[in-house]
Amino acid sequence: MKTVGRKQLVAAVAAVGVGALAFLAAGCGGGGGGESGQASTEIKGLGSTVEEIQANAKKEGEVDLVIWPGYADKSWAKQFTQQTGCKVVTKDGSTSDDMIDLISTGQYDGVSASGNATVRLMKRGDVAPVNTDLIPNYADVSEGLKNQDYNSMDGQPYGVPHGRGPNVLAWRTDAVTPAPDSWSVIWNKNNPYKGKISIYDDSIFIADAALYLKATQPDLKIDNPYQLHDNQFQAAVNLLKQLKPNVGEWWSDYAKQIQSYANKDIVVGTTWPYQVNILKGDKKPVQSVKPKEGTTGWSDTWMIYSKAAHPNCMYLWMNYIISPQANAKVAEWFGEAPSNPKACNYTTDKNFCADMHANDESWWKNVYYWTTPTADCGGKGGTCKTQQDWVNAWTEIRG
Amino acid sequence: MSSIPYEAPPPRQSLGRRLSTFFYRHPHLSLALLLVAPITCFVVGYLGSLAVLLLASVWNVDPFTSQVVHTYTLANFRRIVEEPVYREVAWRTIRMAALVTVADAILAFPIAYYMARIASPRTRNLLVVAVLMPLWASYLVKAYAWRTILSGEGALNWALSPFGVSFHGYSTTGLWLVFTYLWLPFMILPIYAGLERIPESLLEASADLGGRSVRTFVRITLPLAFPAVVAGSIFTFSLTLGDYIAPKLITSQQFIGTVIYDNHGTNLPVAAAFTLVPIGVMIVYLVVARRLKAFEAL
Repeated sequence: MKTVGRKQLVAAVAAVGVGALAFLAAGCGGGGGGESGQASTEIKGLGSTVEEIQANAKKEGEVDLVIWPGYADKSWAKQFTQQTGCKVVTKDGSTSDDMIDLISTGQYDGVSASGNATVRLMKRGDVAPVNTDLIPNYADVSEGLKNQDYNSMDGQPYGVPHGRGPNVLAWRTDAVTPAPDSWSVIWNKNNPYKGKISIYDDSIFIADAALYLKATQPDLKIDNPYQLHDNQFQAAVNLLKQLKPNVGEWWSDYAKQIQSYANKDIVVGTTWPYQVNILKGDKKPVQSVKPKEGTTGWSDTWMIYSKAAHPNCMYLWMNYIISPQANAKVAEWFGEAPSNPKACNYTTDKNFCADMHANDESWWKNVYYWTTPTADCGGKGGTCKTQQDWVNAWTEIRG
Repeated sequence: MSSIPYEAPPPRQSLGRRLSTFFYRHPHLSLALLLVAPITCFVVGYLGSLAVLLLASVWNVDPFTSQVVHTYTLANFRRIVEEPVYREVAWRTIRMAALVTVADAILAFPIAYYMARIASPRTRNLLVVAVLMPLWASYLVKAYAWRTILSGEGALNWALSPFGVSFHGYSTTGLWLVFTYLWLPFMILPIYAGLERIPESLLEASADLGGRSVRTFVRITLPLAFPAVVAGSIFTFSLTLGDYIAPKLITSQQFIGTVIYDNHGTNLPVAAAFTLVPIGVMIVYLVVARRLKAFEAL
């Protein structure tokens, strides 16, 4: 019997290799990204009336969501499945960049995006405009949250507002006294809490440094912490570099941060109300505050992927999550102000909306919602640092 | 009665038998059919995705949407070379990989030696299972478990407290401990296999010639087992070089893996350019390992 020689084997491998490269080249040449054409709300397979959507959803049977942790807890997602027949499958994102990355894989139907993701998602064509007529609960959403530049383009809504909240300063009451009311407790250079400070690990945190500089160094003339000129940006970066040796932990995984606060490895830091809620639920001595300098925060929007596999279930989800009952549950669970004022009647803590200042616009004046830094300073003119500059600087700051 | 000579017709062959004959006569074809799936998988899935990634390193990125723009540039490589932060991160990672490898080799050798040369067959089997057992548990579970151990209020500090020592676990040293633990089985098993292959006769010959145990160990066992140690080091070194989960969980410092992970969504070209560093380091490492005959020990 003839044996197969080495040469033939090499030839066979080479042949497959050449074929594969040709295949790849063809694939790469064709990839041009999504087209951002006219704002048409049509999505393949989406029903044209609410009834049709409900009927179609039964056939789809599933909705895949990219969410901020805690946005689709069983306690309200289960009810959605019972009502619509759509099973809720979720994937947590830990940063906005993370979420953009996930949604662009094409495996999800929708995303709960913050302002520093929404505009990019709209521009990239990853998300589709929505027909709000097909979302009955949209009418109840606070007018102040509708048609903002972070959730609409050319007057066309690209999703439904979910709710908003502040990034808070949280501390262990058994380690940090007196109770802080200023961000200086983390930014102070000679810091008594050195090595026990927890900081959000994402380039968007540069805005928190800028916000502190805005309050403490008026000569820099920082107006909006997301629109920074060269010297302002450099000052923020320098402040972060000065903070770095004091940081005990950079977090983007909320579970990791909760563990650190619970074990007292961290005693003070920046966090979401969600972690504070969980820690308080576990009877840990943790308190939080919106410091006097103001804070960064978020206003989130549920958006639908432009080529969603389950568009009907996603429309139903967008309608469900802003219904008074569900919106109340998610707002209370995460610790944010609901987008639907009617939700305030359904919270288990009757003072919840008052405590969250849900309808007190003056309280939100110094909460700067996450947004994408742009070269044209948010349309104001001049030259500002771009998203890319922020990302590159972040690698440098982290060292 | 005269008998008519009867010639039996050839038996009708089944399809399976005919196929089998066909392949027997055409060995190339059978080999090709056998290999086409794994080779396609390897070339398209593995080398192909690697090629696409490397290609991405010469592209630009839209400063606003972070999308890759297909225009040629060398700026990403310039960035990697000129910005000191990337160099520091690369050095830190290589240093960590080397230290983990050394620690694992020192820890693994006695265990492997005991398993291969001293333990009874029963104990040996138990030890092999014990070494393999942690590999069956999820990597994440182990990493999170170490987070708990290393915590300021954790088991390690509790054990150290009677001595008045406290250890800052979420540090580079802590990460070194975690990596050393995680990859230890990958070092033990090749060394164990290498030691087992050393013929008893060589050791006896050394003894016959008057070599004492220490001398026999240094002159016979160690040199013969060394390629196996190098083989094991390939695993410990490369696994440390590319890991990003343990560094994320345990420390706040950046390593090659974490920088690539953090940038792949926001600046894919820079992340792609940076992957060339570990690839280059591993190529050099493998060439040296080959010189040291590590591949024959695998």
